[in-house]
Amino acid sequence: MGSVLRLRKLCYVEPVKFQSFESIKNAGKQQQQQQQQQRQEERTVSEVENAVQKNGRDDDEDTKKKEEGKKKMKEWRCIDSCCWVIGCLCTVWWLLVFLYYSLPAALPGFQPPESPGARLGREGVRALHPVVLVPGISTGGLELWEGKPCTEGLFRKRLWGGSFTEILKRPLCWLEHLSLDNETGLDPPGIRVRAVPGLVAADYFAPGYFVWAVLIQNLAKIGYEEKNMHMAAYDWRLSFQNTETRDQALSRLKSTIELMYLTNGRKKVVVVPHSMGVLYFLHFLKWVELPPPMGGGGGPGWCATHIKAIMNIGPPFLGVPKAVSNILSSEAKDVAVIRSMDPGVLDSEILGLQTLEHAMRVARTWDSIISLVPKGGETIWGDLDWSPEEGHGCSLAKRRTLQSSGNNKNSNHTNGKRTFSAMKDLAKYGRIISFGKEASYIPSSQLPSVDLKELLLGKPSTISNSTCQEVWTEYNELSRESIRDVADNKVYTSQTLLDLLRFVAPKMMKRAEAHFSHGIADDLNDPKYNHYKYWSNPLEMRLPGAPDMEIYCLYGVGIPTERSYVYKMSPTGKCKSIPFRIDSMAEGYEDSCLKGGVYFVDGDESVPVLSSGFMCARGWRGKTRFNPSGATTYVREYQHRPPASLLDGRGSASGAHVDIMGNVAFIEDVLRVAAGATGEEIGGDRIYSDIMRMSERINIQL
Amino acid sequence: MPLTQRKKGAEADKAASDKAASSEEKIVQDGSEDEDRKKKESPAGKKKKKERGGEKGKWSCLDSCCWFVGCVCTVWWLLLFLYNAMPSSFPQYVTEAITGPLPDPPGVKLKKEGLTAKHPVVFVPGIVTGGLELWEGHECAEGLFRKRLWGGTFGEAYKRPLCWVEHMSLDNETGLDPPGIRLRPVTGLVAADYFMPGYFVWAVLIANLARIGYEEKTMYMAAYDWRLSFQNTEVRDQTLSRIKSHIEMMVATNGGKKAVVIPHSMGVLYFLHFMKWVEAPAPMGGGGGPDWCSKHIKAIMNIGGPFLGVPKAVSGLFSAEAKDIAVARAIAPGFLGNDIFRVQTLQRVMKMSRTWDSTMSMIPKGGETIWGGLDWSPEEGYLPSKRRQIMNDSQVSSESGTNSSSSRARVNYGRIISFGKDAAESPSPEIEMIDFRDAVKGRNLANTTCRDVWTEYHDMGIEGIRAVAEHRVYTAETVLDLLQFVAPKMMARGSAHFSYGIADDLDDPKYEHYKYWSNPLETKLPSASDIEIFSMYGVGIPTERSYIYKMSPSAECFIPFQIDTSFEGEDEDSCLKDGVYTVEGDETVPVLSAGFMCAKGWRGKTRFNPSGIRTYVREYDHAPPANLLEGRGTQSGSHVDVMGNFALIEDIIRVAAGATGEDLGGDQVYSDIFKWSEKINLAL
Repeated sequence: MGSVLRLRKLCYVEPVKFQSFESIKNAGKQQQQQQQQQRQEERTVSEVENAVQKNGRDDDEDTKKKEEGKKKMKEWRCIDSCCWVIGCLCTVWWLLVFLYYSLPAALPGFQPPESPGARLGREGVRALHPVVLVPGISTGGLELWEGKPCTEGLFRKRLWGGSFTEILKRPLCWLEHLSLDNETGLDPPGIRVRAVPGLVAADYFAPGYFVWAVLIQNLAKIGYEEKNMHMAAYDWRLSFQNTETRDQALSRLKSTIELMYLTNGRKKVVVVPHSMGVLYFLHFLKWVELPPPMGGGGGPGWCATHIKAIMNIGPPFLGVPKAVSNILSSEAKDVAVIRSMDPGVLDSEILGLQTLEHAMRVARTWDSIISLVPKGGETIWGDLDWSPEEGHGCSLAKRRTLQSSGNNKNSNHTNGKRTFSAMKDLAKYGRIISFGKEASYIPSSQLPSVDLKELLLGKPSTISNSTCQEVWTEYNELSRESIRDVADNKVYTSQTLLDLLRFVAPKMMKRAEAHFSHGIADDLNDPKYNHYKYWSNPLEMRLPGAPDMEIYCLYGVGIPTERSYVYKMSPTGKCKSIPFRIDSMAEGYEDSCLKGGVYFVDGDESVPVLSSGFMCARGWRGKTRFNPSGATTYVREYQHRPPASLLDGRGSASGAHVDIMGNVAFIEDVLRVAAGATGEEIGGDRIYSDIMRMSERINIQL
Repeated sequence: MPLTQRKKGAEADKAASDKAASSEEKIVQDGSEDEDRKKKESPAGKKKKKERGGEKGKWSCLDSCCWFVGCVCTVWWLLLFLYNAMPSSFPQYVTEAITGPLPDPPGVKLKKEGLTAKHPVVFVPGIVTGGLELWEGHECAEGLFRKRLWGGTFGEAYKRPLCWVEHMSLDNETGLDPPGIRLRPVTGLVAADYFMPGYFVWAVLIANLARIGYEEKTMYMAAYDWRLSFQNTEVRDQTLSRIKSHIEMMVATNGGKKAVVIPHSMGVLYFLHFMKWVEAPAPMGGGGGPDWCSKHIKAIMNIGGPFLGVPKAVSGLFSAEAKDIAVARAIAPGFLGNDIFRVQTLQRVMKMSRTWDSTMSMIPKGGETIWGGLDWSPEEGYLPSKRRQIMNDSQVSSESGTNSSSSRARVNYGRIISFGKDAAESPSPEIEMIDFRDAVKGRNLANTTCRDVWTEYHDMGIEGIRAVAEHRVYTAETVLDLLQFVAPKMMARGSAHFSYGIADDLDDPKYEHYKYWSNPLETKLPSASDIEIFSMYGVGIPTERSYIYKMSPSAECFIPFQIDTSFEGEDEDSCLKDGVYTVEGDETVPVLSAGFMCAKGWRGKTRFNPSGIRTYVREYDHAPPANLLEGRGTQSGSHVDVMGNFALIEDIIRVAAGATGEDLGGDQVYSDIFKWSEKINLAL
């Protein structure tokens, strides 16, 4: 009886709960089943009691509903649990996002290091000289002003830089719009892609991947703003003179510098070019003083009046070997940042097949790449048997970094020397391209003596390769035999390399060589050097007569940098129209600089020390024929240290080509100079590499 | 025994589920909150699970929450995916299906006619439409370096309103940056192409110009910090020098083709200032020499120019109530009105905007000569219904229109501010005006609670406030005294930079001072006879012209005056609505202000225009957008939306491609501007 009473109590309580529960959803079915049974039992027991009967009726209805619900639930089971999982994930995600946002900006335990700008600002360093930033190749954004129908809705949206979503959405359309005209090197008809102007052009290359942003932020801390800081954005695909022809970019830069000079109380400008921007600014220096129509008509003395210092960052003064491999087989590990950022983008098959071919076709319409081909020939880059870097041990550089942090410098030095002399097969860096690993190190006497000139002058016979026509690379026009001839020659130095390029890509070289030159001038007084094609080659131009101007070479060291390549012929596929490949199987010994078919030297990952440092270390040092007015030069090297932790991001002491722009020591140097310090005041030269010794080895008339 | 245990469990269960059930509704409403709640809930859920032991497949509340969230997310993603997969021209198909084929945008149409880019184009944005970004700030603005504080999404105004107001304000004494804060204009075309995402300002015009071949090298956005007085933009940022240098460069690099300048709204005054500045000798001016303008400028195409000021500026300064000084309030009417700054929104807004000198450039100029006296105004007799009916070509209603006009008392537009409706309507001898200028400004009773909300009203005291109200009626001339009285500091700053009178003798050397440069009635146009000046503006929208005020209930910390919105006109046709008399205009600028200079003040050779620069009045009749898909309309006449008006864009493109004002068809007038101009008695 007691149990019956208890049951009855239960029944009074339960239905209330069920109703509220049920109206929301069908849940708790097992429990309900139990209770159902109980209730059925109970009904038999206490049929007489009215109240209970009423409850029972309710329960009856409930049961019906429940049974329906049960069926539904079984049908929906799978979708339900999908939804459930998604819901859980979303909720957790939101929770995390919420927590992330509610976190205080600085964690209590983690004190972000004070930025150099803030520190110098406290020291009383204040904005003085206006600053001009000149971005390099591929870091500046490009936006669409006029396009084909396939670019509907992209007006003034970035095609280059930003999130690159368009490549994924409409790859072929994207490629078409980034290409230039193959004949003129200017816009193709009906397409206008223009450089993004202003600081936004190159502060971030892609969201979160800074280029100039850190430097800008630190400059702002000591009082810089848009009126005394200017980003000289230009279309980096064009040859330098064409940026003036099409966009008047040089005139605009001149006018802006003049304006900033005047509006800032006649304070001279500090120019900070990066990467290819260095060459662009060299070109500008010549252009601005020469009379129109070819030049800007600023007159001699323009630079002396307007420019205080040029702080070249990672300057490829003498070119980079990477440019060669890029043109030859579009395999340079990264001409600039793009491939280092997302190595998959260009290699994956997003462009259908033939990614590399497409990339090559587009890149070959860009004249500016030719400006990065090694300059100065064998005198600078070494010949078959000799190179200024010879004796460089790859492990050596690494070891020295480790040791210099320790105290026992002397013992290490001898140690280093020993490995040095022990190394038998000195890498022959002068052979920038060799076919086959053997060819890269055997003595020159054993090399086949094919007369290159004759070979390359021979007319290539055209093969009509109709299936592959849409992917235009000039390789289609080369016959199989001539390709084999190229490979048979085995070895190319920086001098013969140019012939090779002319042979495999005649149209591109013809177009580009009207704009760039790669030699060494014998007589700088020759009036032919007034032509603009020589202006971006430091070995064929004189610095302007500005004795007070300071020239800095600021670059990272301590990262293996591509210097020469071992090539092979690629298997003949049908549309594999690139006949040469880097032989990534070629590996050296443990200590060797050969890795994956590439010989490495010291540098900043893109530019070898030789190219970035030589002009400041020797070519322009003191009064030379390239620097007749004796402008002072400084070499400032920054030893690479990888980021200490994940929180460090891309590192505050990085020496890599682009990441150096976040290097604290580097930023401090730029800030101090912008605030009025001279090169002596920031400490003169600062050298970690062998650049001085290497420069001495180069036999060039100064 | 087992049963008792079960019951307890069930009760706990029930409690949890009730809680969950009630919370679930909220979750549905506000998805972002549910994480917190979930946290609270989860212990209960766990408990439940433990107690139930092996009972599987049971749907707890937590599960169904997840289920629900999952469903919503999935549907959302699906829609998002569909939206992205939709071809971009889809909305256009829909529009065409509904309304028939759309007309070509003017750029495409004119390109087909063979027009190509010729003259470089300079845009001068107006007040509030240009973006401002942070270069240096206080700690509360951490992480906002080079982010837009003005323009864009205004996210920061919501997140940290007080910090935002602090950074947007200028120094109260100097009208320049407060210490430690540097807010600078965004440069380039992005400065004012879109004010907020989706709300175009210049973007449509830019896109159409690009169609005929314009690009960054031939288009220039002369962005400036619109909070500063015009001369201060030069002092602080050298903006005028930059504009000068840029125009020179564009002219030089485009084969000597002169520039077409397109200022909008306050940019019109800014550019007037620029033209005087550039020819005046250094140090006050730019030293361009007396023929700079004729060498570098082909045409000035003023869009919605408030040449003679706007009455809105007065109410904005007086009580921060201008319905919209410019776009900000039109976009989000609730934005400034609601309590995002906790209490005292209006006061804070007033405090902020009173530090902006530029707002004073738009106070009505020319006094009673232009804007009318107590009993007279150039617009008198204006009937909003009349013109509308004429446009409709219905004879019957035009008769009734004349009837009603005779029956109604004339509106005294000249009384820009009146206290009470009777003061606004009764003839002037009946109004008893007590001079307020000598009233004692007693210190207010210690008003410590309101100290952080600085508006100069707290220095006025009850006496002063009453004196102001007792003066009853203010015309364009006495309004200046009024502002002088209620906000002496602001006006002291402002009157060093702006002037509102009419020059008697323009050769007086005092007019070489920069404070007169932005007032067309106190400057001569440059001597450049082949420049053309266009005045382009929308008509057909009621525009604020004069206000009826009342004293607000005296609460602590309150602005003592407010527009008396209880006053309405007697019938539909009346110009009085919510305490504001309206006339014809473009919603912000009355026709009189936008058109007078080009219709009369500068027409032919006058003393304001000694070299006889040709002027053209181009009006654009307002037509609301035909349907929702048309967005803000292709025939709009309102102050900002007129920049998307196809007819206006076509005019601009033609001129930029080389046409003259005659080629466009000379004047194009819908309003009574010529009649009204005639009524103004100004020595020319």
